[in-house]
Amino acid sequence: METGSFFYLAFIYLAAAVVMVPVAKRLGLGSVLGYLLAGVIIGPGLLGLVGDERQDVMHFAEFGVVMMLFVIGLELEPALLWRLRRSIAGMGGLQVLVTVLVFFGISLMLGLPWKASLAVGMLVSLSSTAIVLQTLQEKGIIKTPAGQSSFSVLLFQDIAVIPMLAVFPMLVEGGISAEDAHGSAWIDAYSGWAKTLIVLGAVGLIIAGGRYLVRPVFHAVAGTRLRELFTAAVLLLVIAIQLITSAVGLSPALGAFLGGVVLANSEYRHELQSDIEPFKGLLLGSFFISIGASIDLGFIAQQPLLILGAVLGLMLVKSLILFGIGKMFRLGIDQNSTFSLALCQIGEFGFVLLSFASQNGIFSSALNDFLLVVTALSMALTPLFFILNEKMVQPRIGLNLAESIEPDVIHEKNPVIIAGFGRFGSVAGRLLKAKEVGTTVLDNDADRVELLRKLGMKVYYGDASRPELLEGAGAAEARLLIIALDQPEQTLRLVDTAQKHFPHLTLLVRALDRDDAYELLRRGVQHIYRETTDTSLRMGADALHLLGFRAYQARFAAQLFYHHDEKALRDLADTWADRNLYISAARERIAELEQLLRADDADTSLDFDVEWDSSSLREDIVKGTFK
Amino acid sequence: MARILVLFAHPALEKSRVNVQIARAVRELDGITFSDLYEQYPDFFIDVAAEQRLLTEHDIIVWQHPMYWYSCPPLLKQWIDLVLAHNWAYGSKGYALAGKYLFNAVTTGGGEAAYSQTGLNRYSLRQYLIPFEQTARLCRMTYLPPYAMQGTHRMDSSDIEKETSRYVGLLKDLRDERLDLDAAAKQELFNHLR
Repeated sequence: METGSFFYLAFIYLAAAVVMVPVAKRLGLGSVLGYLLAGVIIGPGLLGLVGDERQDVMHFAEFGVVMMLFVIGLELEPALLWRLRRSIAGMGGLQVLVTVLVFFGISLMLGLPWKASLAVGMLVSLSSTAIVLQTLQEKGIIKTPAGQSSFSVLLFQDIAVIPMLAVFPMLVEGGISAEDAHGSAWIDAYSGWAKTLIVLGAVGLIIAGGRYLVRPVFHAVAGTRLRELFTAAVLLLVIAIQLITSAVGLSPALGAFLGGVVLANSEYRHELQSDIEPFKGLLLGSFFISIGASIDLGFIAQQPLLILGAVLGLMLVKSLILFGIGKMFRLGIDQNSTFSLALCQIGEFGFVLLSFASQNGIFSSALNDFLLVVTALSMALTPLFFILNEKMVQPRIGLNLAESIEPDVIHEKNPVIIAGFGRFGSVAGRLLKAKEVGTTVLDNDADRVELLRKLGMKVYYGDASRPELLEGAGAAEARLLIIALDQPEQTLRLVDTAQKHFPHLTLLVRALDRDDAYELLRRGVQHIYRETTDTSLRMGADALHLLGFRAYQARFAAQLFYHHDEKALRDLADTWADRNLYISAARERIAELEQLLRADDADTSLDFDVEWDSSSLREDIVKGTFK
Repeated sequence: MARILVLFAHPALEKSRVNVQIARAVRELDGITFSDLYEQYPDFFIDVAAEQRLLTEHDIIVWQHPMYWYSCPPLLKQWIDLVLAHNWAYGSKGYALAGKYLFNAVTTGGGEAAYSQTGLNRYSLRQYLIPFEQTARLCRMTYLPPYAMQGTHRMDSSDIEKETSRYVGLLKDLRDERLDLDAAAKQELFNHLR
């Protein structure tokens, strides 16, 4: 079969993904690395199943990045974006500026002409939005300080691409006119001022369109009740943004992001998101595969040490710069190491700059090939760096910080250890402190630890599920261990550690929800606190009261509900493993509870209010059968 | 004008037939403070300082409640335990309530005859209320005889209306100082005075 045919290509790409991604995930490597490996395997270096058309596939698949930014924009409300302005402009601006300057200097020292050096600096300053955001999301750390900072910097880089594209044509030795550089871009026929106006006009068009045009259109489309038409409309929207932005020389990713933000408050947000998600995933996957396939193993084999050294050196320098910036912006050491390792690769936009540079001879062809391999390798190494950070760097940080405070902790010998001092643990902790109960507090969020320490609270940094840290916190002498961590997986790990190494401790454990509570019950934990049960029942009782129920009756009903529900939780825990059994048992319990709470039924147990007012007693007296 | 404070305790007013009418009528009386304890403290967490302040601002205190197992509902007992504090209400320095008047206004399911030596309950209502009387004395208050609304289980709506207006009449008379309180104090029940 001819290798260029569409179906053949689709078959190879999809087969590679379907085989490699599950394997990578099973090995704990994440989907991005799976795609990249799939690309390397089908690439010319190994199986050679794909040829030169992989470049076209990459260009097409880059559209997945645009979609991803659109989805991210949908999740970001304008207010949040405004809150991030300091880190976008500050961290992002500084990162791009410093990185460009440093690599400009390094390239000059290596003997490159200054124009090529500047091009290298700009190339290296960009990171990979696709790989970093995908990985951050997959690991669920996009909302942490490290995640937010990474996101801010990536956003700024996307903005910085615009002036870079403008500067690149001027770097061609001997000069080149802008028309040649951009090929057919009609916008270059205009003067600088007109260009600026056109770009601003395009941005305005996206914002205004998103605000006033898209909603009625989607409303009409949704009215047809044809699901595929809605999907078509979503794709149409994103492609329109892509066309508008590329026509005026803006980064399409940036435009899509803007479009997403504009629609973040619309009622179609979730629909948009779920419709575009599969396309985004597939395209991003193809994109990562193309990157993997573009790694020229033969070229690497010619000078492996030089290339590997260059890649690692580059990533090291980049992450040092990032680390310095993170420190300036007061990221805690754990967050900062994630932040600086996440962004230390060269981004996909590097390929665009490189192809432009090679066409116009900014770099020699040897240098161009070299940079291409370095860029692809640095991206391929990023998921590995994430794993390295998770498995090697983070635990060490925890241990070091914990060790530095160890004597202090042991000295205290408190009866209570609290693991996790966020919104949940802090309330319980403050109550204990108010009653002058000695508590040792552990938290694995360095920023929070720093803040709490500034507030005058003795809080220690560390992952409490490490036996040696728990030991250091005085677990051997303590009586209670309060576990109020945010992540259920961490909670379960800590429960296991505590039960194994310190069986004498009584555990009081925060549970996220019902399923979480069942997991804990299965481990024999007695004191389980589902984090919203009490509050939501209090809310329900207040709602009853505001509707005219007596305050005491409302409170009593809530208490009845609570105790019935707690009992049902324990009874149902055994059936939980069997889905069908569980559902039928749960339905029974719910019906039972509703029956119990139906105050109209004269003889339900809510007739708690003392016999003197109960209807049965009254009957008895009126009939004269009392006595 | 005497300042009257009615402390009302009923855990299931939504089920009551008599008390709900009485409570509604008393709540609307001018110059009388009506405090619905179960509505105010559904989780039994009583604001002691506020309750003490309220007491000092009144001359006649009424504990209005149904008789449950020959006593008051639990929240009123909790109120007594917490609010009538040592060296505030009683004790060598406890003079905050001295000279005030206090009585129980109670509803009972059984009729008057049930509360007698030969009746089902074998003792009089006054006898069952001795702990409250002694509490008042210890707090240096004058204990007035209880006001009883009895046989509520057998009342029909016109009975309830009559009973309500009689009780409201008593509160008005007390408010407007139309009764001789010292004479009243010698009665077995407030009802007998009228």
